[in-house]
Amino acid sequence: MTRNRKYLEDAGFSFVAILLSFLLVAVIMLILGYDPVEAYGALFEGAFGSSYSLSLTLSKSVPLIFVGLAVGFALQGGLFNIGGEGQIYIGGFVAAIAGLLLPHAIPALIALPVAVLSGMAGGFLWGGAIGLIKAKLNINEVIVAIMMNYIAQLMTSYFVNGPFMAAKSMTPQTEILPLNLQLPKIIPNTQLTTSLYIALIMCVLYGFVMKRTVFGFEVKAMGNNMHAAATGGIYVARNTVLIMALSGALAAMAGIFEVFGTYGRFIDGFSSGIGFTGIAIAFIGQSTPVGIILASLLFGSLQAGAMQMSMMAGISANIDKVIQGLVIVFIATPNIIIFAFRKRRS
Amino acid sequence: MKQISKAFDRLKALDHVDFEVDAGEVHCLLGENGAGKSTLMNILYGLYHADAGEIYIHGKAVHIANPKIAQQYHIGMVHQHFMLIESMTVLQNIILGNEAGRFAIDYAENRSRIDELERLYHFDFDLDKPISVLSVGEKQRVEIFKALYRGADFVILDEPTAVLTPQEVDVLFRILNDMRKQGKIIIFITHKLHETMMLSDRVTVLRNGKVVGSLRTEDATPKMLATMMVGHAIDFDIVKSTFKPGKPVLELRQLKVLAASHATISLQVRQGEIYGIAGVDGNGQQELESILAGTSRPLSGRIIFNGEDITAMPAAKRKAKGIALIPSDRLQNAILPGMPIIDNYLLGFQNSRIFSHFGILRLSVLKEHADNMVRQYSIKISALDQPISQLSGGNQQKIVFSREAGLDPLLLVAVQPVRGLDIGAIDAIHRQLLQLRDNGKAILLISTELSEIMEMSDTIGVLYKGELNAERKAGEVTIEQLGLFMAGGRPE
Amino acid sequence: MKKMATMTFVVNILMMTFRLAVPIALASIGVSISERAGIINLGIEGIMLFGALGGVVGSYVFSNAWMGILLALITGIAIGLLYALFVLKFEANQSVIGIGLNIIASGLTVVIVKFIWKKEGISGIVTQMSTYSVSVLRNIPVIGAFFTDQSPFILLTLLIALACSYGMWRTKIGLRLQAIGENPLAAATAGIPVARYRTGAIVVSSSLAALGGAYLSVVHSNLFVSNMVAGRGFIAIAANILGGWNPMGSLLASLLFAFAQALRFQFSAVHFPDQISQIIPYVITLLVLVGVGRKTRAPAKLGVLE
Repeated sequence: MTRNRKYLEDAGFSFVAILLSFLLVAVIMLILGYDPVEAYGALFEGAFGSSYSLSLTLSKSVPLIFVGLAVGFALQGGLFNIGGEGQIYIGGFVAAIAGLLLPHAIPALIALPVAVLSGMAGGFLWGGAIGLIKAKLNINEVIVAIMMNYIAQLMTSYFVNGPFMAAKSMTPQTEILPLNLQLPKIIPNTQLTTSLYIALIMCVLYGFVMKRTVFGFEVKAMGNNMHAAATGGIYVARNTVLIMALSGALAAMAGIFEVFGTYGRFIDGFSSGIGFTGIAIAFIGQSTPVGIILASLLFGSLQAGAMQMSMMAGISANIDKVIQGLVIVFIATPNIIIFAFRKRRS
Repeated sequence: MKQISKAFDRLKALDHVDFEVDAGEVHCLLGENGAGKSTLMNILYGLYHADAGEIYIHGKAVHIANPKIAQQYHIGMVHQHFMLIESMTVLQNIILGNEAGRFAIDYAENRSRIDELERLYHFDFDLDKPISVLSVGEKQRVEIFKALYRGADFVILDEPTAVLTPQEVDVLFRILNDMRKQGKIIIFITHKLHETMMLSDRVTVLRNGKVVGSLRTEDATPKMLATMMVGHAIDFDIVKSTFKPGKPVLELRQLKVLAASHATISLQVRQGEIYGIAGVDGNGQQELESILAGTSRPLSGRIIFNGEDITAMPAAKRKAKGIALIPSDRLQNAILPGMPIIDNYLLGFQNSRIFSHFGILRLSVLKEHADNMVRQYSIKISALDQPISQLSGGNQQKIVFSREAGLDPLLLVAVQPVRGLDIGAIDAIHRQLLQLRDNGKAILLISTELSEIMEMSDTIGVLYKGELNAERKAGEVTIEQLGLFMAGGRPE
Repeated sequence: MKKMATMTFVVNILMMTFRLAVPIALASIGVSISERAGIINLGIEGIMLFGALGGVVGSYVFSNAWMGILLALITGIAIGLLYALFVLKFEANQSVIGIGLNIIASGLTVVIVKFIWKKEGISGIVTQMSTYSVSVLRNIPVIGAFFTDQSPFILLTLLIALACSYGMWRTKIGLRLQAIGENPLAAATAGIPVARYRTGAIVVSSSLAALGGAYLSVVHSNLFVSNMVAGRGFIAIAANILGGWNPMGSLLASLLFAFAQALRFQFSAVHFPDQISQIIPYVITLLVLVGVGRKTRAPAKLGVLE
């Protein structure tokens, strides 16, 4: 079986997983008495119905691309980065504070990258800590990451409810960032900013690293066979930390660009589970750049349309989480899809 | 067993096999690795299910769906890889599945039942020792006892001597004779001809999943059996060119690999020399392998390579210096199973200047090299893109070999290089090893197969409990002497 | 007088610790059972959430908290059977499928809550479990507190821990379960029906988790809030590690983590910032894991089916 055939097979799996999830959710809707046709229709309209909807879908996809890359990168190295949620908050917060504290005299050309890099550094450390604990102590990275998610969210929440809360605001959020630091909008009066371009650039970079660099090879080798990788001279412990740290930095970018693009400030609790959606995206996208972009568009559209769906069909917008979770379950169980196909054949 | 067939995916493991055993006999199931012997017996024991065919016991058709039912038919099996729970005691391992008591375990009752059986077969176990502290021979005895405890009248043994010293093999044969006297039927799976000749009453030969023949052992000769096993006449003799060693390439100075004793290893491997380290598995070979690979550090002592002390050098740098390694556990340590063949050629060499520049891979160079290697070593593949896991064991090992030997190393450490391979692949690899030797390379061969060591080595060392307790030139030692050293005896 | 006050204070913290420990302990005991059988289940958090929902729904429909408990148990058994199907028959990736289950749970529970109560993320008030007192015993100092205005769940949890401990270490089932987790192939060759035992372990573990979740919603409080389990499922997994894959150990470790939570309430009483006091349990869990995690020994073939 050549590489191309494998790509097709993987894509096929993802497609079937998505289909099954949508079908199952339709069944759940029916059981509860909602109208799936109406619901999905509203979903589609909310996501693609107007140029505003389209821009909303795209802008919701952007942070998902970053987290998808983050999780996908770690997955290729055989690691599970569930800490995306925490890394998003840390990254977004540190970057926001940097942006607010940097003297206004410094031109945006310098200040913005500095702020972004500080946020990425925060994510780098937050993710690297998980990697370090895993490498040195061999403690399952999932529980550690989940604890750190809660800690990150609560810590930033505290700061933004207290010392860093905007002076005249009722809701927990920071001051608004200086306008010259906020990312320009691609389409005026929408939430879509140039962060989209940055996300796409990161995809290209990711693809290049994985395919054509020694480091990318080492990551893939580790994910494929840790022992052989070690025998082959790869520094597994060091790479574990590095992979999780880079993954953290990537995830942090999701938070940073939400703060610097979509919202213009750090808002308490702004991530409604983006870190976890990223997991679904990495799996559906089979950790490839193209797959991740497509999967991000899918889930971005889900998020964009969920509001509309909730208003029109009456079902809670949280149904999109059910779709996400089901997708993960199906991708984690490839045999069930094979089983279904074999039954159909016989 | 009549007309048994079994396929795994597209691989036909057994093809209409007929197998018969009579009362009171020791029957040998002989064949190469992969011939289907274990598969056939696993079907008898209920671990696998046959796709076709029937099993009859005492003339009655039976259906053995799982090991519990096999045990009800008084079939017991001692597997090649022991089915023991390392962290539990001998007692717990023996009674598992057959514990006395309704809900709570009645340990007293269990102990008395075990005592009874121990007396019958002259076994004596310390029941409360955890399995993990037992020697390999002792573990095997527990396995055999387990089968008897569960009421086996048929006892199947799968490659039982693979892990024993020649002396421990004698003990095993004594136990088997005791069992035969008690009326047990013994089925003995092996690929070793001399054992078959020594022990069995009858022998059935399997090749590629088919029965080649079944005959009384007294009517057979080793040559006959070997031909049946392989399908063509075997050329037993490999011709080695004269031994012309050059200067030392590798030196181990009082290398301590095991914690237990004052044991150290001191040896030298020269250019154009094959130094073979013999020994029973578990005497420090694995530790020595990973120390030489660079994935772990010795407890003390030095490794000198080409005059340079590399004891603390990490694995990554050793390859670059010219040390190649063929690991013993191919699947675990040598290949990246899901990845394409071409990526597997990169493993270990990803940092070398041939294949990368400033961290960027030179993929065209890699492809060219891989193409060359595949051609030079006649490896059968469909495409370089193909996942290496799709290849046969023999072809995988050829890729590992060509990867390690193909970039002109100074030293090749080959650990169990032909384990699990068919005779064709074994022959090819051995010839390539000799070729390297003739080209002036230094080769350290670590193997538990005495015949391989004796055939290939110029100098032989014996590893016992982490110590190199004997060293002899190849022509100046017998297999019996080696066996003695392997069991701890010392040269006078 | 001061002595009485400190005494009361200590007893209060003790009782609060026990109350807070119940959901974590129940889930953790379940984790120790399924992991001893070699099965990883990272979806415990989600199962607890479903159990919590089952609790309020049952209590709502029948105006009786015990019916809520029953519904939660049924939910736990159903999810356990499904999980066993996916993991044992279809060989799902055990580390990933649990995460999916958690996400489904966090979404589906809110969807069902909106369906029933038409509110987004919070249910209506339902009948809470009534407490009981044993009049004879309530006056004994310290121990009396156990029998004063408590739900039966603290004692129930203790009984479950004892029963599971006995089962694990003294019975045939327990020995075989351990064998399955250490070397499933060896257990199979010994004639043990591995899949059946594993399914049983998964269902028991799932039911206990659901029970723990229901405790949160209809015993500890009287409503359902989205994501109300708040990481306790993962703390239960950590407690299992700390306790050495051992029902009694899980119970004791859960008490430790519950104590951290009890501390949090003392802190917030003293006008400590809310978020910082909320952080305490997670930080302590993390520190304990990091400190002790390396020294623990999981079943040899945990996560490996064959």
